[in-house]
Amino acid sequence: MGKPMQVARHWRHFREKYALVGGKCENGHLMFPKREVCPVCGSRNVEEYQFSGRGKVVSWTIVRNPPSGLEYYRPYPLALVQLEEGPVVLAQLTDVDPEEIDFGMEVEMVTRKVREFDEDGIILYSYKFRPVLKPQKE
Amino acid sequence: MRKAVIIGAGMVPVGEHWKLSLRDIAVEALLNAMDDAGIDRVDSLYVGNMASGSFVEQENLGALIADWAGLGHIPAVKVEAACASGGAAVQEGAKAVLSGLEDVVAVVGVEKMTDAWPSDATRYLAYAADADWELFHGASFVALNALIMRLYMKEYGYTEEDLALFAVNAHANGAKNPYAMFKRSITVETVMKSPYVADPLKLFDASPVCDGSAAVIITTPEKAKELGVPKEKWVEIAGMGRSIDTINLANREDFLTLKAAKVAAERAYKMAGVEAKDIDFFEVHDAFTVMAALSLEALGVAEKGKGAMLAREGQIAIDGDYPIQTMGGLKSRGHPVGATGVYQTVEAVLQLRGEAPEGIQVPDAEVGLTQNIGGTGSNITVNVFRRV
Amino acid sequence: MGKLLRPNREVGIVGYGAYVPMYRIKAEEIGRVWGISSFPIQEKSVPGLDEDTITIGIEAARNALKRAKIDPKLIRAIWLGTESKPYAVKPSGTVIAEAIGATPDLDAADFEFACKAGTEALQAAIGFVGSGMADYAMAIGADTSQGRPGDHLEFTASAGGAAYIIGPKSSDTLAYFEASYSYVTDTPDFWRRQHEHYPRHGNRFTGEPAYFHQIINAAKTLMEELDYSPNDFDYAVFHQPNVKFPLTAAKILGIPKEKVLPGLLSGIIGNTYSGATLVGVSAVLDIAKPGDRILWVSFGSGAGSDAFSLVVQDAIEEKRDLAPKTMDYVNRKKYIDYALYAKARRKYIV
Repeated sequence: MGKPMQVARHWRHFREKYALVGGKCENGHLMFPKREVCPVCGSRNVEEYQFSGRGKVVSWTIVRNPPSGLEYYRPYPLALVQLEEGPVVLAQLTDVDPEEIDFGMEVEMVTRKVREFDEDGIILYSYKFRPVLKPQKE
Repeated sequence: MRKAVIIGAGMVPVGEHWKLSLRDIAVEALLNAMDDAGIDRVDSLYVGNMASGSFVEQENLGALIADWAGLGHIPAVKVEAACASGGAAVQEGAKAVLSGLEDVVAVVGVEKMTDAWPSDATRYLAYAADADWELFHGASFVALNALIMRLYMKEYGYTEEDLALFAVNAHANGAKNPYAMFKRSITVETVMKSPYVADPLKLFDASPVCDGSAAVIITTPEKAKELGVPKEKWVEIAGMGRSIDTINLANREDFLTLKAAKVAAERAYKMAGVEAKDIDFFEVHDAFTVMAALSLEALGVAEKGKGAMLAREGQIAIDGDYPIQTMGGLKSRGHPVGATGVYQTVEAVLQLRGEAPEGIQVPDAEVGLTQNIGGTGSNITVNVFRRV
Repeated sequence: MGKLLRPNREVGIVGYGAYVPMYRIKAEEIGRVWGISSFPIQEKSVPGLDEDTITIGIEAARNALKRAKIDPKLIRAIWLGTESKPYAVKPSGTVIAEAIGATPDLDAADFEFACKAGTEALQAAIGFVGSGMADYAMAIGADTSQGRPGDHLEFTASAGGAAYIIGPKSSDTLAYFEASYSYVTDTPDFWRRQHEHYPRHGNRFTGEPAYFHQIINAAKTLMEELDYSPNDFDYAVFHQPNVKFPLTAAKILGIPKEKVLPGLLSGIIGNTYSGATLVGVSAVLDIAKPGDRILWVSFGSGAGSDAFSLVVQDAIEEKRDLAPKTMDYVNRKKYIDYALYAKARRKYIV
């Protein structure tokens, strides 16, 4: 689904995307994704920061006409999620019905498949968010 | 300081030009503008275009268009700022004139989108977002704007019907513009009945995929006089402003403020020596209805959160206090992305010359504004034009 | 030394974690499409469109890490047993290792032995840690198994998995292995040739000469060599391609049904193939008491069985609540119809 496939371009972000690894500057400002220069204070001393993956839905939509390469997955929910540490992340929601989504819904990060490049290309995995898993009674 | 005036304007109708290629429509618009000015040569060419490489596998548009328009060995370059490419190209052309390096500059905005498969077009448009952190996750441009729209409605208590009014206004005006893609009026019901593209954003909240090209000729008043262009044709580029914001929507301080438009407007107002209240009409970037509302707020026309109120109160109509989208805007005239900013410019020129079609001429228009958004507000131009 | 497999140093489980996708299809819904009205199970799990063996492995591994409470960098091997590798060539374990932050000082490999690939990885991990080569190794069994549409395996082929972090036996291990045993014969009861979408099977041949022969021999040998009788075990978990087979195996071995049911999930999640016994044992660990002894016997077509005797330790009490329980996943469910199931399993040509 959707050529051309680029390998290195995606590969260099695998760790950040598999595990929601962002950045923290020397002055404690958190950011996602990690950048060379802190957008808050301009510090160039930014280290990797592992986010907990917990957050809340700020806004959401249901993508019904996706960009090419993602047609098979439609419809899928896309959301702005505010992480409990502060930064906001754009990501897909998963394991959720559109009607269940609401402002402030508590979500947690899972690693899921985002895209496959045809039958013979690489598979891209990334963070997504799902409603926080709750202990279930039968 | 030198002044920049537009002495020629031209365009082709926006639509699905199955028989015409990118170069065909660009050359036609450019020659129309040159004919309008009554000139047959220019010192340089600036091309506003967003994604010709993706849409039609053609880059190097400066060479392509100048060559095919028979402009000879002139400097010609493409200017890209996503959907704000057209507005930016006008600014770059004006800057060349204002700098004194070039005297007569042509600016053409062009986009040929309909050659692409629809979902590919959706992908190419999303190249204006953050490729690694937005498009990667399946974000289309419509989806990103839908996130903003949902939040806007929640924050200020508007309904989908409220925002639909922007589309209704755009179509009411576009219906009278022979160059518009959709020359018909619609109702709120039309919008509400259209399918969701990315909830809560519906098909009729969004501007169409289309082809189009528009062009202007910019020079100084002195040169215009020398060229013998009648003064009635002159429109001054009185103010220009441009700013960026975070490329990634999620990284923005406030999802409901077009900070870049605010900054750009302040600069343009200052340069032109005007305030929002002095402006007779606004061609804002209504690629999506919510963007019209946010734009009016960023331009200082409405207070924060009150943009959609202007639509509710009917103030955005031609006879309202703040007419917007006088020729149909992106919604009805069409949004050939990289060309849009130049279409807005041509439309402002027609309004200020008093040459707008019947029924959509803003009476006694002296000052007009165009605002052109690239990305989800990540690159915005604001231009102020004044009748000479 | 006998037939038992025993490492130089005793090893146990420092962390375990399971994962089962939330989607379910009822057997009767599959039967509706194919005109079949008797079913081997009630319903089975279906992986979401964005799930595969790797994503299942990642969530199971994260749950295991939560219970193990160790630095992922200490894990020196991640071995994934599966018959549904997303890539035919390219390790799946590397993705999991990267996702949980275990790279780069470790080994990673995918194991294949039909449904016993998960315990095969476990055997290797026991040996790896038991030999002293490494202190921690992770074994995962996970699958998104494919059943040919209309075939009776379509009723059971499901998705899920579990991960186990193996370490030297200590007060931190929540259960330890007394011994294990592997039994293998060349018996082609089920197979999938290269480039084929669906496996083939020997129909009733998969029963007596394959499943029962390997399971019974593996279980009996393990018990005999350990000098244990069925009474010495508090729980038994057998490979569960359906509900009937493991219960029949228990009956043959003289193990009461009550000891099998807590780890028998196939009736409500289907056959998770390489994940089957690993998920079953995880459900038992969620409820077992210190001192309980678990008989764990896998089966893989082709064919063979791995058998383990596992004794639960005190640490189970404080560790089991550190991650979602297996039944939290099993009971979290959303039913889909055959059309959506077909979409999720990519049966449509688009």
